Amino acid sequence: MPNISKSIPKQDTAEKTSGEALYIGDIKLDGMLHAKTLRSTETRALIKEIKIPDLPVGYHIIDYKDIPGENYVKIIFEDMPVFAEKTVNYFGEPILLVVGEDKQVILDILDSIEVKYETLEPHYKYTKSVIHYEYEKGNSDVAFVNAVKTINGEYTTGYQEHIYLEPQGVIGSYEDNKVTILGSMQCPYYIKNAVMQVLNDDGNGVRVQQATTGGAFGGKEEFPSLMACQVAVAAAKLKRPVSLIYERTEDIITSTKRHPSKIKFSAAIGPQFTVDAIKAHVSLNSGAYIGLSGVVLQRAMIAASGVYTIDNLSISGDVYETNSVPNGAFRGFGAPQMIFAIEMFMEHIAKELQQPPFEFKLRYVAEKGDATSTGGQFRDPILLKDMIHKAWDVSDYQRKTTEFSQSGSNRGIGISLFLHGCGFTGSGEQKHIKAVVRLRKNRDDTVTVLAANTDMGQGAATTLRKIAAGVLEIPIEKVIYNKPDTDLVPDSGPTVASRTIMIVGGLIARAAKELKEKWESGVEILVEERYKQPDFIKWDEDTLHGDAYPAYSWGVVICEVEVDPITYRVDLKNLWSIYDIGKAIDERIVIGQVEGGLLQGIAYGILEVMDCKEGIIQQKNVTDYIIPTAADSINMYTYFMDNPYPLGPYGAKGAGELPTVGGAPAVAMAIENAIGKKVTKIPVTPEYIMELMKNG
Amino acid sequence: MAEIKFKLNNTDVHTEKDLTMRLLDVLRDDFGLIGVKEGCGEGECGACSVLVNGEVVSSCLMPLGNASGKNIITIEGFKKTERYQILQQAYEDEGAVQCGYCTPGMILASESLLNKNPHPTEEEIRDGLSGNLCRCTGYNMIVSAVQKAAERGEGLW
Repeated sequence: MPNISKSIPKQDTAEKTSGEALYIGDIKLDGMLHAKTLRSTETRALIKEIKIPDLPVGYHIIDYKDIPGENYVKIIFEDMPVFAEKTVNYFGEPILLVVGEDKQVILDILDSIEVKYETLEPHYKYTKSVIHYEYEKGNSDVAFVNAVKTINGEYTTGYQEHIYLEPQGVIGSYEDNKVTILGSMQCPYYIKNAVMQVLNDDGNGVRVQQATTGGAFGGKEEFPSLMACQVAVAAAKLKRPVSLIYERTEDIITSTKRHPSKIKFSAAIGPQFTVDAIKAHVSLNSGAYIGLSGVVLQRAMIAASGVYTIDNLSISGDVYETNSVPNGAFRGFGAPQMIFAIEMFMEHIAKELQQPPFEFKLRYVAEKGDATSTGGQFRDPILLKDMIHKAWDVSDYQRKTTEFSQSGSNRGIGISLFLHGCGFTGSGEQKHIKAVVRLRKNRDDTVTVLAANTDMGQGAATTLRKIAAGVLEIPIEKVIYNKPDTDLVPDSGPTVASRTIMIVGGLIARAAKELKEKWESGVEILVEERYKQPDFIKWDEDTLHGDAYPAYSWGVVICEVEVDPITYRVDLKNLWSIYDIGKAIDERIVIGQVEGGLLQGIAYGILEVMDCKEGIIQQKNVTDYIIPTAADSINMYTYFMDNPYPLGPYGAKGAGELPTVGGAPAVAMAIENAIGKKVTKIPVTPEYIMELMKNG
Repeated sequence: MAEIKFKLNNTDVHTEKDLTMRLLDVLRDDFGLIGVKEGCGEGECGACSVLVNGEVVSSCLMPLGNASGKNIITIEGFKKTERYQILQQAYEDEGAVQCGYCTPGMILASESLLNKNPHPTEEEIRDGLSGNLCRCTGYNMIVSAVQKAAERGEGLW
């Protein structure tokens, strides 16, 4: 069999380089109207009155009164209205749409609408807990009683905005009693289910189609459901296509972001300088509505001991509601916050105990057979120690550590060790997603992949086809993948959680195997596969006990920086990273994921500053929310271990989120080592470094 | 409103419009050139890059009036050239395209860079492309693509 990792041309490159690919803003339907959103200008208030001027002919208002079904966006937690009704809970919350032909007339109408509010006392701090979880491993209370020393740490992480280059957009249209949503999205069936609930539809009256999607990173996981519900209501009422496309500023101010967090640790230290127990508490700021925050919190909490096996854990967390823009899915989903915190904490424990940090951490690195944080088991080989040695060798880590520790070098080198659970947390795949994929062999002996998973740039259109072609042993040109359309493909689940290759690709591989056995030239054959959780995986949703994930991907990042002693500007000098993702399905595509993901993680650690002042996001465009340019990036050394996962297609595990998780702790540690001051907060801006240098 | 003439993708065109309109909107809405993308509307991201007399310009910042008498090339015009073929193939071979939203602008920025400097160093490429944001790739594959195009297109630029 040919090597699956060998790179092939991507399906969609030519249409993207030539500018022919149709993104949502490029699509014009006959009779299409434009919509623009009237938004709250208060962070928490009662709506007392909305004065709407006389509208010109052909212009319409769409609000909560037009919703035939429920005024909630179906996400995991249903608390976010499609249109605000009696209250607004954040600045920018949608109240109504103005719909019509001419964009300028729409803007004039929006300007002339007057909303009278009665303001209420807003919450901006971590005070109003709306979700609380906790779990235990072993008996940490006893360990703390017996401890010779307790070491505490507190870590803070900021917002991160996705800045997919294409802002959010959807078009709703209506024909023959059916609403069709076309849009930039990750999860067609999330949108379908949300729109069905809003339209009070049984499923036959809603169709969702993906347009070419210009990046997502989690930002197009649940947020497009809100916009889709709004245009669905408008299209159903007006019986015309309605387009809702955001400009960058509207997108930044009102779309979901990575949750800011505060993480507190205590470690019980034994007589031999051992970490006998860790207690942790995670606080996440959900913004005004909970949405996915509870699931993000779970992933953060499960990552509380990072790659380390600590026998006694007591982990708790809260989601705090605040009157600010709702936060949501972002590549890594709670893990980037927690892995930053635990990596720094383990380093800080070692330094406080005057132990060489790296040797100290190595003692706790998980091995096959160890209990996971939630009392499940690491069943597959863990190559982390080999990966660390490889990373040391290629980076000359030990020599540089010594050399840079001489004062006046202004250089520092940092390392992060991390893991990422592949697929949905806990019983999500089995209980909630229940993925189904089909392969249809057509009469002309081509094979069509029928799955709802989207290509948003990460290459799924190529890799999913490659898996099918590989197993079927037919040329890749014979395998067809079209952008998902819910009328044509089954619900194989959302394109999130590093599950597309491992879970959906795994189902495609199984279906292909079955199809190969049934293969008969010239006839149509349909095969179907449904997800079945491996029997050995046990998870208790109430106690958060058991196997949180079927498999884990692992990574090591080493980062070298130079800190300017006058301006405190941080220059990236070198980046090395080693990953165990089982097996790369197309190495070049995975390197693209890794380099882009790692740079996002590094930028989260040093560059991307977003402030929310009195409930209002202060950065309003890429002019003041800074992401890296080509000049900020550097060449990266990347290496993949070969460690096939028995249940993954060709041995593949998840890869999409992993590299983002390891970036921030590696760069923060490098800066800490360069300046000789304890870093407890990201992003590590020059201002923060100055504070550390002046105040310690 | 006034009549304005310019060269668009090597064809003489004229249009009667409010001269303060953004060139971006005129290209997309009136000429159907959808390869010109809007990413930020503030001239920061480069998704709306076009070539104006060979220089890469953010068309969201350029009023239509400034196009008068100029030679404007969008990806739709540039894709007919041999240089495009070289760049396209290099982008494909290096895996430089993920979501693709920045790509037409990035290709035009690459063209403008190579036009001025046919043998750029890595640092010159990074500087030359620093007006065009990409959130997917981490840029290195794009930098390699430009290096590769410069080698393969020896004599073309």
